Amino acid sequence: MVKAMHLPVDEYRLSNGLHVVLSEDHATPVVAVNLWYHVGSANERAGRTGFAHLFEHMLFQGSAQVAANEHFELVQRAGGTCNGSTWLDRTNYHETLPAHQLEIALWLEADRMARLLPAMTQAKLDTQRDVVKNERRWSVDNQPYGTWWERLPALCFPESHPFHHSLIGSMEDLSAASLEDVAEFFRTYYTPDNAVLTIAGDFAAVEARAMVERHFGAIPRGTGHPPLGPTEVDDDFGEWRRAEVPDAVAAPRLFLAFRVPPAGTEPWYVASLLGAVLGTGDGSLLARTLVREQAMATAATAFTFDLTKGSDLLVLDVTGRPEVSGRLLEAAVVAVVDHLIETGVDTAAMDRARALIETSWMVSLQSATTRADRLSQFATYHGRAARVNEEMKRYAGLTPLALTTFARARLTPRHRASLLFVPSGAR
Amino acid sequence: MTTTMRPRPGAVRPYEFPAVHRSVLANGVRVLVAPMPRLPLITVLALVDTGASRERPGEEGVAALTARTLTEGAAGLDGAALAARLEGLGTAIITEAEWDSSIAQFTATTDRIEAAFTLFAEVVRAPAFPARDVQRLRDERLAEITQQLAEPRGLADERFDGFLFSPAARYARAAAGTTHAVRGLDRDRVAAFHALTYRPASTTLVFVGDITSARAQKLAEAGFEGWGTSIGSGPPIAPVDAVRHAGRRTIVVAKVAAAQSELRVGHLGVPRAHPEYLTIVVMNAILGGLFSSRINLNLREKNAFTYGASSLFDWRRGAGPFVVSTAVKSDVSGRAVQEILAEIERMRDAPPTASELELATEYLAGVFPIRYESTAAVAAALARATIFGLGDEWFREYRQRIRAVTAAGVHAAARTHLDPAGVLVLAVGDPSVIDVPLRNAGIGDLTVVTADADPTEVPK
Repeated sequence: MVKAMHLPVDEYRLSNGLHVVLSEDHATPVVAVNLWYHVGSANERAGRTGFAHLFEHMLFQGSAQVAANEHFELVQRAGGTCNGSTWLDRTNYHETLPAHQLEIALWLEADRMARLLPAMTQAKLDTQRDVVKNERRWSVDNQPYGTWWERLPALCFPESHPFHHSLIGSMEDLSAASLEDVAEFFRTYYTPDNAVLTIAGDFAAVEARAMVERHFGAIPRGTGHPPLGPTEVDDDFGEWRRAEVPDAVAAPRLFLAFRVPPAGTEPWYVASLLGAVLGTGDGSLLARTLVREQAMATAATAFTFDLTKGSDLLVLDVTGRPEVSGRLLEAAVVAVVDHLIETGVDTAAMDRARALIETSWMVSLQSATTRADRLSQFATYHGRAARVNEEMKRYAGLTPLALTTFARARLTPRHRASLLFVPSGAR
Repeated sequence: MTTTMRPRPGAVRPYEFPAVHRSVLANGVRVLVAPMPRLPLITVLALVDTGASRERPGEEGVAALTARTLTEGAAGLDGAALAARLEGLGTAIITEAEWDSSIAQFTATTDRIEAAFTLFAEVVRAPAFPARDVQRLRDERLAEITQQLAEPRGLADERFDGFLFSPAARYARAAAGTTHAVRGLDRDRVAAFHALTYRPASTTLVFVGDITSARAQKLAEAGFEGWGTSIGSGPPIAPVDAVRHAGRRTIVVAKVAAAQSELRVGHLGVPRAHPEYLTIVVMNAILGGLFSSRINLNLREKNAFTYGASSLFDWRRGAGPFVVSTAVKSDVSGRAVQEILAEIERMRDAPPTASELELATEYLAGVFPIRYESTAAVAAALARATIFGLGDEWFREYRQRIRAVTAAGVHAAARTHLDPAGVLVLAVGDPSVIDVPLRNAGIGDLTVVTADADPTEVPK
């Protein structure tokens, strides 16, 4: 491996608790601004599924000094791109611009962190509610297998668990969301002490620090927020959990999930690397066996949800050939897992997976947008953005024995949850 | 709490697209090297001037299948061993064929580049094309076509092209081929297509990243100089872009109980080589290319019909489609089409405002360096520039030429290249819900077809 990647990291807190991360790099005149709020769908109260994401839409509807949709317009007029996204336990917002336009992004983010509510109206909420309902139709209801990403967490976490319910939300709960909900959510969670602000790319640290203080320094600290409900769960499901879903699809698709230790913990890296052994690249165990050798599947991958609280999920995702039955597909995937448990992980399989992770990590960090997002991620979840520079070391120390031991302990039948989509015959 | 003044931009910092060094091997392979020494990474790309547009009638999909099977065996290794060897080096060779080009590429760390490049050269020059793997990947393509019938977005894109272009035109059929033609493909056809079109004179090697031109030249010579000289000139480009007939018409592709309507509205666009390319790009950005475009703000933010709506000119050597795409709540399908047509009309009625023009040109000029932060993005841009015959000055002058586009120019481009009277409207949705709204929208004749109806075989 070539010399380790090292991102410069300068992190500090404003007096209001805002965690600021600066990563200066003058390779190209581009700067990325990235804000993570430590709130997601897990923080929603009962009857308000989808609210964290609907709220993310409202953040683009203006603030005291910014008109509706002007956020996008000002960023694009400055020659930049922007967006936001909501996840189970965080929400992020980001702008990437030509270096000389840094301050407009900071000003836009600060105005909505400090002064969102004066711009909120019932009409804007109604519009965004309909936009989000259409987003739900587009990404979930009218897509083959589209419901997987609300069915799988529901299958893997108990009903009372913060990760159990739908992130995009039900139509009914979206309809129930009110302006009072917007105000309460904003005051509770969108506070500087619940956020990380990262600036990565071409800027001068002294200037950037002054800009951050100027725009964010006077925003008052929050008054605290209710703790997330309990996230601790057993390592296993007691017995194999199975759900079969007839859907308007042409081919079966299996999501085989396992609870694994929270993202960022030492054993999580074992689970992550084991996932890559199973499902990253054409040479992975699943792709080689099911796509190439047995010609039963058209695609086979593995991924983690990267959840840092209570438990993460490792998911094997395999789409069968149209002529293969769901049952046969499931048996074939399970046979690969069982075989891995029986024979263990060899050095070549582990080295292959790790080499792919190392290259894709470096490739992804070419982008200022990604660097800023990773820094915010580590600062939000682990309290220290600089941990980003230790990421590859954590993989480097793992052994085939550790992977084999983990597979034997955590991939057994009582640790499995299968979500199997099968063609319903409807088109 | 006190507010703060809206800040002004600082001093613009200089940006240069990476410099490109060019050379040609003795057998005609062209070599482009663009040093980007920021990280110890190198992207290597082989661009071959062949693609779906050079296929013969009846073998549609052979270009895509050829590209997909390149990595199924070479240098005495079978596909599995090749994948294992490359992935052990932390990389994978990605291949694809489009209308005008076929590409193989990989990105690796600098210390692994020699080992990976040796395999890469064999994959491009002398792939084994084992019959079993050709058949497997052919069957995967057939499975992909079957799955697409259940996927409204992809189905809408493909059926729009199918009903827009004449059945005799290559663009009427998916670039990766339709069921009938793909079924007939085998090892011999793939090997023949490779022998005919993957030739030194049609190949350009692109190196981008932490590499000097001397090192790249040495690699290129070692890997490709033994590749024999080209015989003949390769197959010509097939007739690609003839359309059916002008005049508005509406096609509903039936998807019973669809949760939404996927809409496509558009007509024939223009070839990439059009002299007004940049003006059309700016015009399209204002119309539907940006989040802040007229069509998106109308359909999403004003009417809340959709999660998003956009327009594009699909740039190819031939004239590709101009199409507006969106997915709307089924019961507003008719109103959504009317709003799209109204925005197309409005673009033709008057020049954009100075503010709209500035938004589009500053956006396009500003994001230019953001687009080219990665070695793979620069390599892809150099490949596109090669295929479309753009010179070195293209990247150097891009931003100033974008900023030189005028409101009058945009207006003229809209009048010339937008044709609301001749649009094809295509909806993938539930006919029992959207048939009446679309008929009432006054858009033209409406025909309902089944999802599996092949437009190139339906008389229309």
